[in-house]
Amino acid sequence: MRAPVAVLLPSAGAVLVLSVAASVTIGVADLSVGEVLRTIGAHAGLPLRRLPPLADSIVWDLRMPRVLLAGLVGAGLAVCGAVLQALTRNPLADPYLIGISAGASTGAVAVLVLGAGAGAVALSTGAFTGSVVAFGVTLLLAGRRWTRPARILLAGVATAQLFTALTSLVLVTDASADRTRSTMFWLLGSLTAASWPAVALSAIVGAAALLVCWAAAPALDAFAFGADVAQTLGFSPARVRGLLFTVTALLTAVLVAASGAVGFVGLTVPHAVRLLTGSPHRILLPVSALAGAVLLIWADTAARTLFAPQELPVGVVTALLGVPAFALLLRRHES
Amino acid sequence: MRVETYGVERRAGDSTMLADVALDAQPGSTVGLLGPNGSGKSTLLRVLAGLDRPQAGRVLLDGADRDSQPRRALARRVAVVTQHTPDDADMSVADVVLLGRIPHRPLLAPPSADDHARAAAALTRAGLDGWEDRRWPTLSGGERQRVAIARALVQEPELLLLDEPTNHLDIRHRFALLAELAAGPITVVAALHDLDLAARYCDHVVLLAGGRVVVAGPPAETLTPARIAQVFGVTAEIVTDAAGRTRVLLSA
Repeated sequence: MRAPVAVLLPSAGAVLVLSVAASVTIGVADLSVGEVLRTIGAHAGLPLRRLPPLADSIVWDLRMPRVLLAGLVGAGLAVCGAVLQALTRNPLADPYLIGISAGASTGAVAVLVLGAGAGAVALSTGAFTGSVVAFGVTLLLAGRRWTRPARILLAGVATAQLFTALTSLVLVTDASADRTRSTMFWLLGSLTAASWPAVALSAIVGAAALLVCWAAAPALDAFAFGADVAQTLGFSPARVRGLLFTVTALLTAVLVAASGAVGFVGLTVPHAVRLLTGSPHRILLPVSALAGAVLLIWADTAARTLFAPQELPVGVVTALLGVPAFALLLRRHES
Repeated sequence: MRVETYGVERRAGDSTMLADVALDAQPGSTVGLLGPNGSGKSTLLRVLAGLDRPQAGRVLLDGADRDSQPRRALARRVAVVTQHTPDDADMSVADVVLLGRIPHRPLLAPPSADDHARAAAALTRAGLDGWEDRRWPTLSGGERQRVAIARALVQEPELLLLDEPTNHLDIRHRFALLAELAAGPITVVAALHDLDLAARYCDHVVLLAGGRVVVAGPPAETLTPARIAQVFGVTAEIVTDAAGRTRVLLSA
């Protein structure tokens, strides 16, 4: 029932390219598929006539970065989830496990409320700082043997509680209902702030992190079978876990700063992909990245068009789209 | 591979799990670690495997300090089967056995056709011919034990460390496994519960109690009724069977 790799990777790649192309042509503004593709072609350097500035800007400055960021965030979260699930041998592990997203919220809310700036860049900077501080607090709480899964998981739960409390405290003491609303939207995950710089940053950090994780694929295979076995196969548990916990935490911090904490993708995409590919991580990781990208691109397309001009938080859509698909896969796996 | 330990001591909290343990396993020999629960058999194996660090003492592999050698190089020479394997690892039998090839191939390379062939051969040796696509969670305890041993054998070790390798196996597989390992060129150090099995297949046994070596030597000389009564608290009769092998008959 498992798909051969030679078929799986190229077809998942093709689905991703088609999804990007399709998603860019879908939107509230009344633009034809031809117009959209012509705009992209023109920006890519092809000798095509550009659309009027407003239409051009909708396609190139709004839709393109948004679709690409959705893909990058989905890919990154799925890879982080797959890595953390193997490393902690915990099927419930997801990228937000160690307090990263709670820290991001606190950072973003602090920036908003303290008035350090209202722009997307200030929000992202605050969120990234909050994530890194939260990761630091998790490490401090976990102590010298922080790479042991039980320690980092427990410390992460405590950190998440602490930062969630801090966020609530700031929100409650701040009177502005408007600000609370916009913050909540971002906390649930939203790609409305997508920009080319955010795409570039996520792409660079995401590619680097994926390479590191992919190079560690044999170690992850071994860890999935137990840390003792991994050690007797020549891996240092402390070093492998230390490296991968840090890499996934930094990538998650960058992604959360760009899009808020989009739920569901990091937890369930790896499980769904595992049912298709089996466990070896050299296949599981790239296919998870592609599947996560496709899922989030379509979820965000739905989020911005279903109730237009009203937008949904994309995390709501990922759950609504993803859970039935996941249930289907799970049932097929059992039979 | 020759394995020697000198003055190995291992403490966890207040309790001493191993004290002044000396061991000498000759190349190609089969060594049984015997003793009641809590005697230190498993701890000694974990120390030999590098999974636990002794607070004092030395572990030498072919005369070189264990910890002075790179992990990956060591993993090509020493394979370990511990008692605990995960119940829920959603892997195929082939995936599990191929783990044993990791130390032998470049880190970024996929398993080669040769790796797959070796995995298939190891499964056949373990009596699991053609089981590659079975899922690990669906296997019984004994089947898992045989897959785990196949995984260790494709590692092509010079030293094989086994913790209770036979406790889930049925009688036929128990005999087959130990007979094959004892006859092969690999040095085997195994923690065993079954004294009779140890007497039949081990060249050398180490009797442990309370983390200390009570006696070590060939089974015929070390497994005496008096020592078995002292260490295990059971009455034993030592006989020689028709094939000239030492046998241990226990009565509660």
